[in-house]
Amino acid sequence: MSNKYEAIMGLEIHAELMTASKMFCAAPVVDSVEAEPNTAVHPLCLGMPGTLPVINRQAVEYALRVALALNCQINQHNIFARKNYFYPDLPKGYQISQYEEPIGVNGWLDVELDDGTHKRIGIRRVHMEEDTGKLTHQDDGTSLVDYNRAGVPLLEIVSEPDIHSGEEARAYAMKIRQILRYLGVNSGDMEKGVLRVEPNISIRPSGSQEFGTRTELKNLNSFKALADGAAHEIERQIQVVESGGRVVQETRGWSEDKKRTFSQRSKEEAEDYRYFPEPDLPPLFISEAWIAEVKAALPELPDAKIERYVNGFGLTAYEARVLTEERAVAEWLDTAVAAGGDPKSVSKWLLNELFRLMNEHKQNIEQIQVTPAGLVELIALVDKGAINNNTAKEVLAEMFTSGQSAQAIVQARGLAQISNEAAIVALIERVLAANPEMVARYTNGEEKLRGWFVGQIMAQSKGKANPALVNQLLAQKLLRLRD
Amino acid sequence: MSLTRSDVEKIAQLARLELTEAEVALYQSQLSAILDYATRLNELNLEGISPTAHAVTQQNVWREDVAEPSLPMDAVLLNAPKQANNQFVAQTVLDEG
Repeated sequence: MSNKYEAIMGLEIHAELMTASKMFCAAPVVDSVEAEPNTAVHPLCLGMPGTLPVINRQAVEYALRVALALNCQINQHNIFARKNYFYPDLPKGYQISQYEEPIGVNGWLDVELDDGTHKRIGIRRVHMEEDTGKLTHQDDGTSLVDYNRAGVPLLEIVSEPDIHSGEEARAYAMKIRQILRYLGVNSGDMEKGVLRVEPNISIRPSGSQEFGTRTELKNLNSFKALADGAAHEIERQIQVVESGGRVVQETRGWSEDKKRTFSQRSKEEAEDYRYFPEPDLPPLFISEAWIAEVKAALPELPDAKIERYVNGFGLTAYEARVLTEERAVAEWLDTAVAAGGDPKSVSKWLLNELFRLMNEHKQNIEQIQVTPAGLVELIALVDKGAINNNTAKEVLAEMFTSGQSAQAIVQARGLAQISNEAAIVALIERVLAANPEMVARYTNGEEKLRGWFVGQIMAQSKGKANPALVNQLLAQKLLRLRD
Repeated sequence: MSLTRSDVEKIAQLARLELTEAEVALYQSQLSAILDYATRLNELNLEGISPTAHAVTQQNVWREDVAEPSLPMDAVLLNAPKQANNQFVAQTVLDEG
């Protein structure tokens, strides 16, 4: 982007909430990609006359969690509104949403950018609404409509226009996704559409205080699409303005294949939605006690974990970030430490060996058979010299596939490290006796052959000899040979 | 306060209603009368009275998050003017490309 212009971006993130039932009726919430069409619908979400909505309390609690985690002020007095528009994805002819009094306002989120700097992004509002049905357009000018998704609790998180590049947009959206997953309210699966990110983008001459006309970008089903699509849209607007044109307020789509944005429809003015208070839903009052209760039950969030891992555990910022990416991994580490594991060695084993095994077997931390206490036991065996490091890696691989304990595997396979001095001396003597010419070369001054002897001795022991002891005893033996 | 012709036409368009010339004139006067009536609220002194969205005093009418089985398919599609593959068929409104 040229320095002549500055991009201004705000993000709208829609997140479905992982409740069992829908926002305003008891129809089940199902995987809208997997489920057969129209198999999770009730009269209400089909827009049948005479039905009345009733608020799902769990959805409100999830929304409250998110609003609190994003440092929002909570509006205790909530009302719902009707957002009126005609589109087949909503059979009622309106979407129930929050307009004037959303659950959360004026929050913020700190994000880390690629260069390691931090940036605070304002959160304008967090509000509750319902998702819409899914349309499949056909070639003959008709669309098939599946209402499984209609009425699924949906949270809209609107940022302030504090974002200035595709990269910042990605960092912010990824952090929101991570927090939603930590809070257990959304799976973060963008390909399934349970999390959707829509940037509003405008440009203005650098230093100007006025906002340019903005466009809204849709169809972004990955973080890469978000970063690329936003970057391309910024460039497009600059080109329009540079060539003497005017940016039109509209919704644009992003084509991953063609690497360009394209016009979808002129955006309706906000007043066209004719918002008015939903007459079928009495106000929702969120008590101080409920807020306090939800706040107290919030899990430790990524930033707090990172700080604790760096300052308390002595991990590097990088290690802390990788280990906190997913709550389940961080909790696995915390459980291992609680079981007596040294934070640094548990982290090292997790990052190096367990992650490699998880990748290899395509399992996540919640699926693996190795328990935190099991890894701590394995590390203890290494620390007290019962097995060496390389053997421990093999043992871990077997723990991973068999689910057996480290101790059991070491015993069953006779992997215990040889730390018996007499046994090691016997091995050394056998190797020296079998290689008289090498011994002669060594005594004639070829110092570096010592490493070769160590290799032979380790091989003779099938890797089980205690390497430190082998080194020490071999040194003594060779010293005597020279005298 | 009175509505203009074009206000009425816009409201009709948003509601997807096709009005005759006579109806536009009729609704212009009827809707204006309704708005004028509501405008009388401005004559009240509402100092210190917080806005209400509802006349009812109830609040927090909610349900626990328990799912119940879906409506059976034949009932779901009973009123659908057109259907295919267990889905409703509608005119495509926008080609999302």
